[in-house]
Amino acid sequence: MLDGRGALRRRAGLRLWLSAGWQAVVMLAALFAPWLAPHDPLAQDLMLGRLPPFWLPGTEPGYWLGTDSLGRDVLSRLIHGARVALIVALVAGTATCLIGSTLGLIAGFYRGWTDRIIGRLVDIWMAFPPVLFAILLIAVLGTGLSSVVIAIIVIDWTRFCRVVRAEALNQSQMDYVHSARVAGFSRPRTLMAEILPNVLPVIVALLTLEMGIAVIVEAILSFVNLSVSTDRPTWGGMIAEGRIAIHHVWWVLAFPLAALFLTVLSFAQLGEGLRDRFDPVLR
Amino acid sequence: MAEALFRVEALRVELPDMTRKPLFGPVPRLEILKGLDFEIPRGAVLGIVGGSGSGKTTLGRTLVRLMEPTAGRILFDGADITHLPDAAMRPLRQRIQMIFQDPMSSLNPRLTIGRIIAAPLNATSRDPRVAEALGHVGLPAEFVHRYPHELSGGQRQRIGIARAIAMRPDFILADEIVSGLDVSSQAQVLNLLEGLVRDLGLTLAFISHDLSVIRRLCDRVIVMQTGRIVEEAPTEALFEDPQHDYTRELLDAIPTPDPTVRW
Amino acid sequence: MSAFLEIRGLSAVLRGTDLRLLRSVDIDVPVGTVRGLVGESGAGKSMIGRAVLGVLPRAVEIVEGEILLDGRDLLAMPPVARRRLIGARTAMIPQDPLTALNPSRRIGRQITDRLVDILGWEPARARSRTLEMLAEVRIPEPERVLRLYPHELSGGMRQRILIASAFVAEPELIVADEPTTALDVTVQKQILGLISELQARHGTALLFVTHDLGVVAKICDSLSVLYAGKVVEDTTVARFFEAPAHPYSAALLAATPRHTDPASSLKPVPPAVMHAVGAEIAAADRSWRPRHG
Ligand SMILES: Nc1ncnc2c1ncn2[C@@H]1O[C@H](COP(=O)(O)OP(=O)(O)OP(=O)(O)O)[C@@H](O)[C@H]1O
Ligand SMILES: Nc1ncnc2c1ncn2[C@@H]1O[C@H](COP(=O)(O)OP(=O)(O)OP(=O)(O)O)[C@@H](O)[C@H]1O
Ligand SMILES: [Mg+2]
Ligand SMILES: [Mg+2]
Repeated sequence: MLDGRGALRRRAGLRLWLSAGWQAVVMLAALFAPWLAPHDPLAQDLMLGRLPPFWLPGTEPGYWLGTDSLGRDVLSRLIHGARVALIVALVAGTATCLIGSTLGLIAGFYRGWTDRIIGRLVDIWMAFPPVLFAILLIAVLGTGLSSVVIAIIVIDWTRFCRVVRAEALNQSQMDYVHSARVAGFSRPRTLMAEILPNVLPVIVALLTLEMGIAVIVEAILSFVNLSVSTDRPTWGGMIAEGRIAIHHVWWVLAFPLAALFLTVLSFAQLGEGLRDRFDPVLR
Repeated sequence: MAEALFRVEALRVELPDMTRKPLFGPVPRLEILKGLDFEIPRGAVLGIVGGSGSGKTTLGRTLVRLMEPTAGRILFDGADITHLPDAAMRPLRQRIQMIFQDPMSSLNPRLTIGRIIAAPLNATSRDPRVAEALGHVGLPAEFVHRYPHELSGGQRQRIGIARAIAMRPDFILADEIVSGLDVSSQAQVLNLLEGLVRDLGLTLAFISHDLSVIRRLCDRVIVMQTGRIVEEAPTEALFEDPQHDYTRELLDAIPTPDPTVRW
Repeated sequence: MSAFLEIRGLSAVLRGTDLRLLRSVDIDVPVGTVRGLVGESGAGKSMIGRAVLGVLPRAVEIVEGEILLDGRDLLAMPPVARRRLIGARTAMIPQDPLTALNPSRRIGRQITDRLVDILGWEPARARSRTLEMLAEVRIPEPERVLRLYPHELSGGMRQRILIASAFVAEPELIVADEPTTALDVTVQKQILGLISELQARHGTALLFVTHDLGVVAKICDSLSVLYAGKVVEDTTVARFFEAPAHPYSAALLAATPRHTDPASSLKPVPPAVMHAVGAEIAAADRSWRPRHG
């Protein structure tokens, strides 16, 4: 009432709910795709090609978001595409986070030779241009969902490692860490019980960011046809196809693009919203 | 006479001086403690006074083995702990506690007060010792649910005190712990420490620049200036007849609660 | 003449509860005077300073009262106008010289940025004014110090920098929250001398939070004694040290040690007095109703 912060917090709350809502929709779509999708995402029917979305004239009932040039239902393909997007976000995001954060925490807290080795590793890693690195990896591993996930983990763990290391280093110079030492805490216990809660907000922010990045990376790889095989619908693949036919069937490009955009955005917002809500220091 | 609890011989501490780090070659070292000798008898209260930057905190951190001495020896209870490795030091930790100067950074900002006090005891925040420790420092038991930033400066300082005394240590190093408190809370904390010294045989090293507090609490006083001990005397003697100029300067700078006296 | 800062009936609660942190506080700080704010730890001294500067923690909510700065009620103003007014006409000297300066930026920039970015001064003018101010707080070689980083200065020097940056824009009100608690007595003496000299020369109104009655005796004109968020005594320094009116302030004064007199030593405020103020506050609370709610 007396300051703008109440309104700001309500808005932050709304943001959290909206992004959590969108994530829930994507999650449900991914889990129950075969039951939710009105049509087979791969079924082609040239008679029903290029149907526009439902609010435009010339639609066919049951094809809510229209069809592409081959007559495949866009909505069904979107719903099935959510599977790939979500698997990549969750598996690649979490694994990247676990590996990078663990190494970062250890390097920042223990310092000394562990830090030097991990630091050198990160430096060497970062010397490769990431896109080239990814294409190289896929070339070696072959295309497919698991290769995409592995590529993301192998490339992106350094992001976590660097940021988490810096934050852990910062925190370990605070007096509360010294006071844990005076209390007789072992080093691992100090790391887990004292430092981790203070680095966690950074990790959560990075994790949600990384999930968004993973979805984009998968889309890019699909776009250049280096991801999952073409008989599995993905948002990136749809965007690639839609791009070619943008003049006649804009919706084939627009809907997956919007889904991608909303998903990436909602991951980022989720991170911020969670921090606002659960970090005791900001509450 | 019985063996002193702490015995410090020719203690030196050097730190790398990062502000004058050359582009190549070794970092020059800054000598912060320049050879200190003193003892803390069992059950005694030693005051350590001196100006900002004289090395009081550094001395304290070296005693509790948070900093590595460059030369000299530290004996605790007859045993040489100067270079004792961390693992061997750990069983002794419960007996040697420190209360830190900066209450904000010495309390973990993301843990509740209850956990901050309970963790060193390997207990939960519902443990009766937690509430008891809070009571000792004059804070209500409800504070266990709060986070450090939800307390006033003085209340935070008292949490640090509660955490140390809950461990029932043999020795406490208190670094400037009452300067952020009002007189009444100061008196309360000092009474508490005096009680622990009297009843439980606690040994105390009390760092402060407030000489009125030192006078009230300590048996002996060490006056430090730029890393050296410039005067060491029993409290009464120091106040009645200060020997060193610097000690006199410290005494003169204390603001007296009397607006008519020129300062 | 009306006071530059007038706080009227200010009450604040812990958000979402009816636990009162400030209880109908009235405080005046006329132009050119120093008002001390004393009381035990947790009494709400910093809270009042933060309310004036508009930086209360989220968990604290003002439920009634007015904070008049030069006659204009800060609490009734839209946030942007309020921030501008506070930014242009007040300043603060924080408690902790170690954390109040950004460790990775040069001293000069930290002082001039505020002048240039917030008050819209010409960079050249901001710089020359800053140099003048550093000279006023007796920093040797001000030109050189402008280019240093905070860690290259001692605690006492840093506190002087903070004082210089508080006075640099000629604010009409300064809130100082225990500005010397972190310093040793010899440095404290210099710094307090400096603050009262500058305050007198610039005619600043100064709200000085402290728990040290010795300090109050040396630099304040009037003082408010706070207990549990309530002003229990509002008086001049001369009168207070001669004969404090409220039993709690009397007990506080009696508890203050004088190192010159070993018989007077630190003692807690007697329980009887604590009970009496507690009862007084409970009685006031029973008759208190927030004006809107
Ligand atoms: N990590 C460090 N690196 C370099 N110099 C340091 C470090 N810590 C302390 N110093 C220097 O060592 C000296 C002694 O510092 P110390 O903190 O022990 O002083 P102190 O007596 O506790 O002062 P205060 O009363 O201000 O707390 C100071 O000159 C300080 O600048
Ligand atoms: N963020 C917060 N959330 C909840 N309570 C708070 C918060 N900050 C302060 N308080 C409470 O408000 C009361 C007043 O705090 P304040 O910081 O004003 O005390 P103070 O008089 O400045 O004390 P000190 O001399 O110890 O600094 C205290 O009881 C404190 O516990
Ligand atoms: Mg110190
Ligand atoms: Mg305060």
